[in-house]
Order: sequence, then C-alpha cells, then structure tokens
Amino acid sequence: MAQTQAEIVPVLTQRTSRAPKEALQEWLPKLVLAPSFALILLFVYGFIVFTAALSLTGSKLLPDFSTWVGLGNYVRLFNHPNWITALKNLAIFASLYIIVCSVLGLGLAILLDQKIRGEGFLRPIYLYPMALSFIVTGVAWKWFLDPGIGLEHVMHSWGWESFSFRWIKDGKFAIYTIVIAAVWQSSGFVMAMFLAGLRGVDNEVIKAAQIDGASTMTIYRRIIIPLMRPVFLSAFVVLAHLAIKSYDLVVAMTDGGPGTATWTPALFMQKFTFGRNEMGMGAASAMVMMMMIFSIIVPYLYSELRGGRRS
Amino acid sequence: MLRKLLIGTMLSTALSVSYAAPSFAEEVEVLHWWTSGGEAAALDVLKKNLEAQGVTWKDMPVAGGGGEAAMTALRARVTAGNPPTAVQALGFDITDWAQQGVVGDLTEVATKEGWDAVIPAALQKFSKYDGKWIAAPVNVHSTNWVWINKKALDAAGGKAPESWDELVALLDKMKANGITPIGHGGQAWQDATIFDAVVLSEGTDFYKASMIDLDPAALSGPQMVEVFDKMAKLRSYVDDDFSGRDWNLASAMVIEGKAGMQFMGDWAKGEFLKAGQKPGVDFVCIRFPGTQGAVTFNSDQFMMFKVGDANKDAQMKMAAAIEDPAFQSAFNVVKGSAPARTDVSNEAFDDCGKKAIADLADADKNGKLFGSMAHGHANPAAVKNAMYDVITRHFNGELDSAAAAAALAEAVAAAKG
Repeated sequence: MAQTQAEIVPVLTQRTSRAPKEALQEWLPKLVLAPSFALILLFVYGFIVFTAALSLTGSKLLPDFSTWVGLGNYVRLFNHPNWITALKNLAIFASLYIIVCSVLGLGLAILLDQKIRGEGFLRPIYLYPMALSFIVTGVAWKWFLDPGIGLEHVMHSWGWESFSFRWIKDGKFAIYTIVIAAVWQSSGFVMAMFLAGLRGVDNEVIKAAQIDGASTMTIYRRIIIPLMRPVFLSAFVVLAHLAIKSYDLVVAMTDGGPGTATWTPALFMQKFTFGRNEMGMGAASAMVMMMMIFSIIVPYLYSELRGGRRS
Repeated sequence: MLRKLLIGTMLSTALSVSYAAPSFAEEVEVLHWWTSGGEAAALDVLKKNLEAQGVTWKDMPVAGGGGEAAMTALRARVTAGNPPTAVQALGFDITDWAQQGVVGDLTEVATKEGWDAVIPAALQKFSKYDGKWIAAPVNVHSTNWVWINKKALDAAGGKAPESWDELVALLDKMKANGITPIGHGGQAWQDATIFDAVVLSEGTDFYKASMIDLDPAALSGPQMVEVFDKMAKLRSYVDDDFSGRDWNLASAMVIEGKAGMQFMGDWAKGEFLKAGQKPGVDFVCIRFPGTQGAVTFNSDQFMMFKVGDANKDAQMKMAAAIEDPAFQSAFNVVKGSAPARTDVSNEAFDDCGKKAIADLADADKNGKLFGSMAHGHANPAAVKNAMYDVITRHFNGELDSAAAAAALAEAVAAAKG
C-alpha cells in the first residue's frame, strides 16, 4: 500500500506543477462539490421525480409502474374524509402554531432584552425544549395531559375535585393539545431568533427616538417591531414547514386519535404508504405536501435572492 | 499498480460473493416480531428442532406495531432483491406478497406431509396462492372472546351471558356495583375487534355478506345500523379515559377487578396467566354472546420467499418443522392460541385452550370459521383500514349509527376502487 501511495503522490504533484495554479483553484471547489451535488441531485430531486411518477400509478404494496391511473390518486385523495380531516387539522395547527409561537417568542425576547440580570441563565432554559426530539415532547405531554395520570389527576388528588381538563381525549379539542406541546417545544427557538434580531437594532435610532420623547411602548411599536420584519419572515418559513411535516409529535401524543380526529397530512402519507398498502395514494399525498412547502419556500427564496442582488 | 488494484478488487468481490452464499451449511433467515419473553421461548423450540437437523437459524427480529415495522423492513429487503427465507405474516399481507411473484413454493413438502387434510380450509385460503402452498400456518387466534373477571361476575349474579340482552343486563349490574363494566382501549383495531364480534353475533350469514363478500346492501342495511347501535350501547359502558389505551392495560383493568370484562382475542389470556390467574377460578372465557359455535380468526403464518437452490432444502425443513405437532402444541400453549393443525393433541392446553381447539374444529366442520375483519383476514389492508376509520369515528361519537352504516358502505366502495 505504501508503495502505491508513493507512486501516486509524484504523479499528482507533477500534474499540478505542469498545469497553471489558477486552473486548479478554479476546478478544486467544483471537484469537491461534485460528489455532494450528484448525491443531492439523485437522492433529493431524483426521488421527488420518482415519487411524482409513483403518484400517477396504481401502486399498492410495492412500486408498480405498469399500472397507470393518471390523476386518479389525486381525485381519490381529495374525496377521502381522512385527507379532508388532515387538511383541516393542518389549517388549525399551522395557523395557531405559527401565530402563538411568534407572539410568545417575540414577547419573551423583548422581556429578556431588558438587560436583566441572569440572562445567560434564563435564555438556555427557554431554548432547551428545542433540544428534545418531538417524540420525547409528545410522550411527556401525552402523560401530562392524560386525565387518568396527569394534570387532572394531580389536581383531584390536591383536593380540587371539580377540575377538568380532558381535551386530549376529546375529538373536538385533541388537535389543540398538539398545538400546546408544539408551542412549548418551539417558542424558545423563535425567541432566540427574535433576540438576535433585537440585538441587531441600531442603538442610535433608539436613542434618537428617546431624545424626541417617545415612550418605550412607542419605540417598540413604531420602530423596533417593524424592524423585525425579516425575522418574522424567517420564523414563518421555519415554523410553517415544521407544521406541514408534523408527524412524530402526533404519533407520540395521539397517533391520530381519538377516532381520526388528529390526523395530519404527514400521518396520512405514512399510514397509507406503509400501513394500508396504498403506495400510489401515499405518493400523491406526499406530492401535495411538497407543493404546500414549495409554495411557502419558493417566494421566500425568491425575495431573499432578489434582495441580495439589489444590495 | 493498476493490475494490482484490479486483482485486489476481484479477490474481494469473490470473497464477498462466497460469503453471501455459504456452501458449508444450510441456513434460514427468519424475519418475525415475536420478541416478548414467552413468544421468543416458544420460537426457540422451532430453532432447536432445525439446529438438530443441521440448519442454522439466522434471527431477524423487528419488533413493534403488530408487524407493521417488520413489513416495512421486508419491503426494503424484497426491493433490494434479497428477501429473507421465511417471514412471519398475517392474512391478506401474504396474498399481497404472492401477487408480487416473490414467494416460494412449499407444495412438495405440503403434499408429502398431507397438510391439505389437517389444516382448515379457511386457513388454506391464505397459505395457498394459485393452488401452491406458499406459507406454513403456525397458529389460529380466535378473536370473538370475552374475558370476564370471575369475582365481578359472581358479584353480578354469576351467570355468563349467552345473548345480547343478558350481556346488557350483566353490564348494568357491574355498573351498579361501581366498576367499569368494559375494559377497553380506544385504538382503531380494538374498536374493530368488538365490532367484528357484534357483527358475528348478528349471524354468520350476515358476517359473510358484509365483512367478507362486502355486499353493499349488507354494509349499509338496517342490520348494520343495528350493529352500530349496539356499538354505541357498549361505548356507554367504557370509562372516560379509554382513548389511546393499549390492549394489555385494558386486560390489566380486568385482572385487577377495576373492569368487569374485555372483548379481545385469545392473546389476552397470556396477560391473565402472567398475573398468576387461573381460567375458571379467577377469570372466565366465553365466546361473545350470540357467537358460540362460530369463530373469527387470525392466523400467524411463516410465508416463504424465493431463495437460491442452496437454501431451498433448509426452507423445506423449516416448513416441515413448523407443522410438526410437537412444535404446534408447545408454541400455542405459550401463545394462547390454537394449533393450526386440527389433529394436535389438546392435552397440554388449559381449559380455555381446550375450548378454543374444540370450538375451532366445530366451526371448521360447520362452515362457521371466518377470517377476522379487525385482524386483516377478511379483506385487504386498504378495505380493512377504511372500515376502521368509520368504526372508530362512530365509536368516538363523530357519527350516528345511520350515518355510520352509510359511510361504511361508501368507504369500502372507495377503498376497493
């Protein structure tokens, strides 16, 4: 082996000394990026194309490209009551999750930004939930909200007999318990984003406003929060795609129940593809989810890139 | 240098090829989800039997999800063109795989050992495809059981119910005695297990028409509305925290006397035995009221995949070992189910096991043995799950009985298409 290395090294150095150095500098990044580019092309975009093709077939247990059903899977998908439930749940979950997380995150960030003592200690406390996986969060909240062993049980044993909180067992409210757990998990992260944004605000502007006699409320309302626009946008994109992909939290907390009350699109995709041997329909639901995510990400990327070019 | 590299590559390729297909020993690779203590011990009987014949057992356990995780692993293996020798599988999953043209052929050993005569025809429907044996059935679980706490039963009059009215009367008494009458877990398959039994109690013809033949008239008819009404009635005897509870926790409620009875397949018996309870003394096993004489079943089978000629012989040996009466008895005593062969001695079984074997033989003889809808033995996964959706939505109060019957027929029609 040592011999082969010794053979290779002179060959390489010979070549580089022969070729101009600039040429190597130009080619090196491309060479280094080529493998990962090829891998992403195949495993991300290649498989998106594969899934798109799959969604047009009548595949059941395994991919089967001999049965071509056109848009039949999409028609069946949008006629399926579970998919409609999943979309409704997504609408409730995503809007509440994004709004509550942003408001809570901004509020926490503003409070932490008051140059208080022990910020270094408080900040990680809010951030730590983000370090947990959604499965852990889900199981913990499932137990916490379970009337038999959780909050309600504890309140009863403390003597508050009339206390009742059984949303997780009630089909009409179960989706809101998932919002609670998800907000708990993510609002600290949103807070960190806003905190970074707040720290980036130019002190001169605030001082100038103070000299003009603006109250703290006004400064926040009229100057600082409008300056947070890009952070709102970033938070929205991050939270929105997390909401569309939400699967593990739902599986851990309710597994879609009670009944089919907490199905989400991602849960639908998994159950149909792997549990019900309806691979074609599963692929169709995956494509719809991807389109939803793209409809959020693409305008964002577009505005980012355009903004970058302007500056 | 190049030549050296080439030779090296060829050598290592040759090595890896010979490693993949060892010629020195026969081997079976078995994918299954029997990982709990008792099941693993029972499977060990099969393993020892094969090892005595010089066949190595390569274990591939994938636990969880009633086999769903194992089926996902199998998908990957088959797609890669490298399926295991034998895979534990249930009902229509076997047929689904057979349709992909990847399963092996056991007809040779089945003919030699006379499986046709000793395995019930209802099971053969799944073990055979296109006239060929493709799977070796291990057991028959029957699903229309009721497990009753003996003390709770005695306190409520002591008579096991034989009809719907007697059942309701008993449940009322249990409620009056201050316990939860029905220990139940709110998961779709558990709701469907009760539903199965209620449909069967409406008569075997109705069960066949609605659950197996999927007759739209039967699915949406007045009798189905009545079934849903009975489900709603049963729902009123379940405690408030039932949603999402696992079946074994529901069994524990009955064992501890917090609940009166559980409607569940015979795997529940294992929980009672593990808690040191005795059939007839601490708990009572009866068929769901109105279904005595009929049996809905699910059956674990080892389906065999196409393997190279080198392992063909080992596969046949394994198939023969599965149908060995000694293994059938040893395994099913532990598992709580009945043997898949009807000619196995019932000596080693407890009272509930003896009743299971007798009921099974009886139902088989009278043509009243049906695949269980709730456990994927009446119709394919897509239809089964479409029924689950409606049953569980109704059980959780999202639909009334008339709407549920209409939705059931509609969902089944959509899933078939």
